[in-house]
Amino acid sequence: MIGVGKMKQYTNVLDKPLSKGKQEVSLSAFAFLFSELVQYNQTQVDNIAELERRLEDAGYAVGARVLELLCHRDKGNRRETRLLGILSFVHSTVWKVLFGKVADSLEKGTEHEDEYMISEKELLVNRFISVPKDMGTFNCGAFVAGIVRGVLDSAGFPAVVTAHFVPMEGQQRPRTTILIKFAEEVLRREARLG
Amino acid sequence: MAPLAPRSGDAIFANVERVNAELFTLTYGAMVRQLLTDLEEVEEVNKQLDQMGYNIGIRLIDEFLAKSNVSRCVDFKESADVIAKVGFKMFLGITATVTNWDADGTSCSLVLEDNPLVDFVELPDTCQGLYYCNVLSGVIRGALEMVSMKTEVTWVRDMLRGDDAYELRVKLLKQVPEEYPYKDDE
Repeated sequence: MIGVGKMKQYTNVLDKPLSKGKQEVSLSAFAFLFSELVQYNQTQVDNIAELERRLEDAGYAVGARVLELLCHRDKGNRRETRLLGILSFVHSTVWKVLFGKVADSLEKGTEHEDEYMISEKELLVNRFISVPKDMGTFNCGAFVAGIVRGVLDSAGFPAVVTAHFVPMEGQQRPRTTILIKFAEEVLRREARLG
Repeated sequence: MAPLAPRSGDAIFANVERVNAELFTLTYGAMVRQLLTDLEEVEEVNKQLDQMGYNIGIRLIDEFLAKSNVSRCVDFKESADVIAKVGFKMFLGITATVTNWDADGTSCSLVLEDNPLVDFVELPDTCQGLYYCNVLSGVIRGALEMVSMKTEVTWVRDMLRGDDAYELRVKLLKQVPEEYPYKDDE
C-alpha cells in the first residue's frame, strides 16, 4: 500500500531486535540538537556551575544507557570490574561507538592516585562551539563528562567527572580534558582485589 | 541553465561528516526527559519541542541550500518532494514518502521510512499525550518559513502512540511574497 512506511510494529520495545549500531546521522543534525540542548538549559539556570551540572545530568542519562547497550551488544552481557579495565572500556569502546574514534589519550594523574584524565584535541561537542568571554571557564564538554560519569557510576565505579579546557602550545584551540576522580571506596576495593 | 536539483540526497549524505545515530538518539532522549521533568505538563513539552525544532529549522535551511545545490522549487509539490528525498536524507540519513495530496495541492503527508529519534523509546502511561518527535515538525515549519512558506505541520500517525507509521501532515497556509528588507532609495 502506498504511503505505508517500511518499519515493523512491535508491541513491546524489547521485542525489537537490537540494531547493530551502524546507522549514522549527519554531524550537523547532532550539532543542531546539541545547540538546542545547551540553549534550553541556559534558560533554566542563573550561573555557569548550574548549567554545567544540567548538561552533565543529560550526559549521565546517555552514559547509563550506553553502558547497558554496549555490554549487551558487544560484550555478551559482561562488564569490566577492574579500574583499568573500565577506564580503557570508556577510552576505547565507548569513545569509538559514540565519537567514531578512540580518545586521544588516557593518563593517570601525577599528583593524585585517584585521578585519571581522558583528553581529546577536538571534542565532538565542542566542534562548533565558542564560549563567550563572560562565560568564563564554561565547557560544553560537561555533557561528555556526564556520559563518562554515567558509564562509570552504572558499572559500579562512582566518580566525580569534570571537563576542562587545557591550552596547547602551538595550537589555536585548547584541548578538552575529562578529569575523573574516583570515589574512595573504588580505590579501596581495587587495592583489596590486588 | 540552473543546475538540475538532485532527486536524492544519497550523494550529499555520503559526503557530509556523520556521527553515530545512537549518540543522536540517546541525546535526544535525554533532552526530552529533561523537558518532562522541568515542564511537567506533556502539552508544554510538545510546545517546547516544536519551538526547538523551529529554532533548528531556521538555521538548518541555510546549510541545506548551501550543500544541496537545490534551486528554487516551482511549487509546493516540488518543495515537499525535495524535503522528503533530499532534506531528510542529508541530515538524518532517511527518506520519506510524499503522499495523500489534497485536491488543490496545498497539503500532503510525509511518511517516514525510518526514524532515528525513536530507537529504544517507549512512552510510559503518564506520557501518552506526548508527541515524542515533535522537534521534526518544528524543523520543517521553521525551514519552510525561511523560504517564504508559512506552513502548519502536525502528526497524523505516530508509532509510539500505537499507529502503524510515522506520518506528518504539512499544510501550506500562505506563500509570502519575497521582499527586500529595505527600499532601493534608502
